[in-house]
Amino acid sequence: MASVRLDGVEKVYPNGHVAARGLDIDVADGEFMVLVGPSGCGKSTALRMIAGLETPTAGRVLIGDRDVTALPPQERDIAMVFQSYALYPHMTVRENLAFGLRMRGAARPAIAERVEAVARPLGLDAVLDRKPGQLSGGQRQRVALGRAMVRDPKVFLFDEPLSNLDAKLRVETRAELARLHRRLRATIVYVTHDQEEALTLGSRVTVMRDGVVEQVGPPMEVYRRPASVFVAGFVGSPAMNFLQGDLVAVFGGDAQRGPVTLGIRPHDLVLTPADNADLIARVDVVEPRGSELLVHLRLGADGQGQEIRVVAPPEPMPPVDSVVGLHADRQRLHWFDTTTGKRIE
Amino acid sequence: MSRARWGTVAIVLLVLGSGFPLYWAIVSSFTPEARLYGTPSLIPRVLVLDHYRALFTQREFWVPIRNSLIVAGSTTGFCVLVGGLCAYALARLRFRGKAPLLGLILAVSVFPQISVVSPLYLLLRRLHLINTYPGLILPYLTFAMPLTVWLLVGFFRQLPAELEEAAMVDGASRLRTIREIVWPLAIPGLAATAILTFVYSWNEFLFALSFTLGPERQTVPVAIALFRGQYQVPWGQILAAAVVATAPVALLVLAFQRRIVQGLTAGAVKG
Repeated sequence: MASVRLDGVEKVYPNGHVAARGLDIDVADGEFMVLVGPSGCGKSTALRMIAGLETPTAGRVLIGDRDVTALPPQERDIAMVFQSYALYPHMTVRENLAFGLRMRGAARPAIAERVEAVARPLGLDAVLDRKPGQLSGGQRQRVALGRAMVRDPKVFLFDEPLSNLDAKLRVETRAELARLHRRLRATIVYVTHDQEEALTLGSRVTVMRDGVVEQVGPPMEVYRRPASVFVAGFVGSPAMNFLQGDLVAVFGGDAQRGPVTLGIRPHDLVLTPADNADLIARVDVVEPRGSELLVHLRLGADGQGQEIRVVAPPEPMPPVDSVVGLHADRQRLHWFDTTTGKRIE
Repeated sequence: MSRARWGTVAIVLLVLGSGFPLYWAIVSSFTPEARLYGTPSLIPRVLVLDHYRALFTQREFWVPIRNSLIVAGSTTGFCVLVGGLCAYALARLRFRGKAPLLGLILAVSVFPQISVVSPLYLLLRRLHLINTYPGLILPYLTFAMPLTVWLLVGFFRQLPAELEEAAMVDGASRLRTIREIVWPLAIPGLAATAILTFVYSWNEFLFALSFTLGPERQTVPVAIALFRGQYQVPWGQILAAAVVATAPVALLVLAFQRRIVQGLTAGAVKG
């Protein structure tokens, strides 16, 4: 296993599109790093540059201590799981798994042994002689995983590997991946647009937007102390509420007076009786979600104000159109400079 | 009548319309010369092999067949091999001027053949290639190659690029990737393209007529056209020759029918 480093990496396509701008990402040896962001944020491009499938227009890519910027994918000793799985349709599962070893000139008996060893824990030993077209979605996904594991590469790269699975299988496979990481102590770079996947899987999470890194940190830190309005709105579900206002007085700290954005997570708001509350709002829509309610409110007694979402316990269910009060946990408020979007401490 | 009925009627008419000339040609090729000019009848009464016998004894029809096989076969081979690599490069590699190059290839293929016959003739005469196989194969490449490249570029483009990327990450070189991944997946497209190229070259008439001088290099269509004498047209032999010339192509197409359809409609739907 090895560490991975992107050092000031830029990618500008010939048509002028900037996919990555001054990317600095450090992935420690054995770390599970998740790159997350909305589509077009450059996370896949970053992964493809680590793989050698794209060449950076500036900066360096290092695997271990070796500068691999100019090396083709064949010479980087990495394994990649593609979103489409990219299984070779004309080969059996066995041949798919063996392909990487065969290309690297491993001996036949060694290949056979290794393929069996990888196939068994993945539950693929019964389908080794089938072609990918005859497999279920979950099986295909595991073949793609197996094909990556069979070689003991320096780094595993995952490009949205769960997005083609149904919800139930996705949760199962997520746990499978976490176990895999623990067992192999592998260095993993994992790309997803799903913030929940990012939080549950990553040892650390890199949030990206428009080719730039917005924040890097352990999942809970990114969740608790988002570095910008963008990260705050992107991470966490349901999404954070934002209120605009002006900072008029500053007691200590280095905050400047001026327009600020207040962020409150729906989980950090509590419904209270209307008198003596922080805010007053009118109930608009109530969505029962089993263990909890997602309540959509509109600020103000007249219900004409901004929309606010609150996650509330299932009992008692607030009647629609009733006026309720909102209490916010002071420790869980997030302040951002409206002009820069950056967090204010 | 219901719509389904009308559909059936339309299909029957279509099959009859396209099948009848073929049926008539086959029947006539087995009908004695004398009866050809008598009252026509849908069901043949006498069938003879006279015309076929004449074809291969008097006319030595196997010579044009051999010529056609060599010319069409070589053209097809060249096109699929060179055109295939060319199309792969155009579909996959990044380089400057790709779009203009594709446009140029298309532009070459839309030239009316008749407009290039005279300059090509002069060129071939200067190269001493008149009445030779290369003298036909090279001109055939001018229309067959653009066709091949265009068909195959479309075909290669719809092969998922991720497969090749996966192979490269797995450690396969570019050529190895082409051999182990692209080639096996491209066989339907290559087969379809090869058959189309072969059929076009097999049926080509204008170049074959212009660039050959004698029966020793004439292709099938030219040979058939020259059957007609000064005073009579040997319809029986002409039709027998047409049947002989059509048979190999028809068999080829029937044998690869499914692949051709696959190749032509590839990329139309995701599957």
